[in-house]
Amino acid sequence: MKALAKYGAVALMMAAMAGCGDKGGTDKATKANEAAAAMTIGFSQIGSESGWRAAETKLAKLEAEKRGINLKVSDAQQQQANQIKAIRSFIAQGVDAILLAPVISSGWDEVLGEAKAANIPVVLLDRQIDTADPSLYLSAVTSDTVEEGRVAGRWLVEKLAGRDCRVVEIQGTIGASLVANRKKGFEEGISSAGNVQIVRTQSGEFTRAKGKEVMEGFIKAEAPGSICAVYAHNDDMMIGAIQAMKEAGLKPGSEILAVSIDAVPDIFKAMADGDANATVELTPDMASRAYDLLAAYNKDGTVPPKWVQTPSTLYLPDTAAAEYERRKDLY
Amino acid sequence: MSGWFMAARSRLILLALVLLANVAVAPGFLELRLVEGRLFGGIIDILNRGAPVILLAIGMAPVIATRGIDLSVGAIMAIAGAVAAASVNAGHAWPVAVLAALGTGLVCGLWNGVLVTIFRLQPIVATLILMVAGRGIAQMITEGRVLTFTDDGLAGVSSATLLGLPLPVLIALAAAMITGLLVRATALGLFIEAVGTSPRAARLAGVPAPGILIGVYVWSGLMAALAGLIAAADIRGADANNAGLWLELDAILAVVIGGTSLYGGRFSISLSVLGAVILQGMRTCILRAGLPPELNLLLMALVIALVLVVQSPACQPAIARLTTRLRRRGAA
Repeated sequence: MKALAKYGAVALMMAAMAGCGDKGGTDKATKANEAAAAMTIGFSQIGSESGWRAAETKLAKLEAEKRGINLKVSDAQQQQANQIKAIRSFIAQGVDAILLAPVISSGWDEVLGEAKAANIPVVLLDRQIDTADPSLYLSAVTSDTVEEGRVAGRWLVEKLAGRDCRVVEIQGTIGASLVANRKKGFEEGISSAGNVQIVRTQSGEFTRAKGKEVMEGFIKAEAPGSICAVYAHNDDMMIGAIQAMKEAGLKPGSEILAVSIDAVPDIFKAMADGDANATVELTPDMASRAYDLLAAYNKDGTVPPKWVQTPSTLYLPDTAAAEYERRKDLY
Repeated sequence: MSGWFMAARSRLILLALVLLANVAVAPGFLELRLVEGRLFGGIIDILNRGAPVILLAIGMAPVIATRGIDLSVGAIMAIAGAVAAASVNAGHAWPVAVLAALGTGLVCGLWNGVLVTIFRLQPIVATLILMVAGRGIAQMITEGRVLTFTDDGLAGVSSATLLGLPLPVLIALAAAMITGLLVRATALGLFIEAVGTSPRAARLAGVPAPGILIGVYVWSGLMAALAGLIAAADIRGADANNAGLWLELDAILAVVIGGTSLYGGRFSISLSVLGAVILQGMRTCILRAGLPPELNLLLMALVIALVLVVQSPACQPAIARLTTRLRRRGAA
């Protein structure tokens, strides 16, 4: 009986860990890249902890199919050890290139050294690594997280057109470099207007529930009608904050301006409903840029820049309904 | 009742201090206003926000009294929320979704109880299994996304008002009263404490120890499912990655602040609830204080350390002396 319990537990855990395999889209080679054709690329993905991450994997598969690339995706379940194992197995299989979305920033030197020794170029996706030897990877394709904040800040200043504004900020999880950058960028973005200032800032830990709780606190702590805008480091916290504002009888989107970052489908729904004003996209389409630069590198040895930044595009309510339709199955 | 006040003394003082701190941060915090048949005010906010942890603490206290622990409650919250959201999205009526979530909580609790009671796994290990795997189960149900729903009935679990109070507050109070009655109006509480003090002696004295043990885990699972329903209704979505994350630790802390020893034996539902309210009061105060968010955890840690030191056996005699002196002065 004891053994039975043990197996039951193991089975449960395995069931829990088994990811759901996605089948990529079937739309074929619209702009197949000749040089990239027949390339085999290994992609060590962190996991599927968020809708964004799932979209990144889905787009990587979709774009690979378009280009005729044979993509092998390995899901690391949030463990660096699994990523290292995956990279070693990619090297053993003799892939043409490796994409790595590193779960943490340190501890990659040894395994990337092995890839380098095997002459396999490595491109980092959406996160940088700490290493003393930048020759260990060909390039890193990530967003510019400071710029994301800047775009949000500049939008707010422009929207206000000179009006005074007391902004409340809902930060992500304290300690993440992303949070420091999105904060810094926003502060830079609003610095041109002396009358726009952050009056309160608190951490919503990137979740809807905490975003809502923090916003409730802001509403209670500030004099009625004195909050003019909310800036949230991600859309999920903003969605929570929107609920808090509505439950307090306020009108987000008009009475209180709402700007956040990420561009996940649900914020487009909120924008279409008039509850949010703007979002800055953190594009999940990281892989296609990596494919392009790998194709160029393979073709004539064009060495790409060490850091390729994806654009931080601003989205407004006018395109929200269409964007929601475009994204809802991706995430 | 005066016995209860004696036992609750230090916690009531703590609660008063926490509320004072809140008043210092936001004057008018204690004001209660009736707007459109609903009470508004700082105390209501604390109870409303604190409802999930209050529920978890109500379930956790009897478990800890049996010298056990339930680390899986946060994960059960996530599963219950996911089940509820998935049910309404599949077209079921909200009462069905609520029942499905509660049933899930019962099953999870039963799983824990059976592992602990029949297979004699140590509670910390037995419930760790579900703590780790449970979040995975919830993620499978939601496919890793925040599973949003638009069903107003289910959302009402968090936003509805009854008798002038937000529903989560009423649910938490009702759960506390029912649990309190179950354990104190019957011999159940004594049985639980007997099992925690000495399982062998309890068995020899005719206490149905296995049934009691399974029962406390099932109850804990049920309370966690209720908390999970409130959390999902609050954001109108099931967030498998974050719902109830680390709340098992808050619940344990609330029970400990309520004076229940992790070595089992005596426990109190009402004091555990008080512990949870104190914790939420501190959190609300810190969130509204306007201090740099980097200080949140540090402040919580310092205050909790202070609370536990004040309640420690080493400090209790001094506090007792102080209160008797104050009382004498009051009488004179």
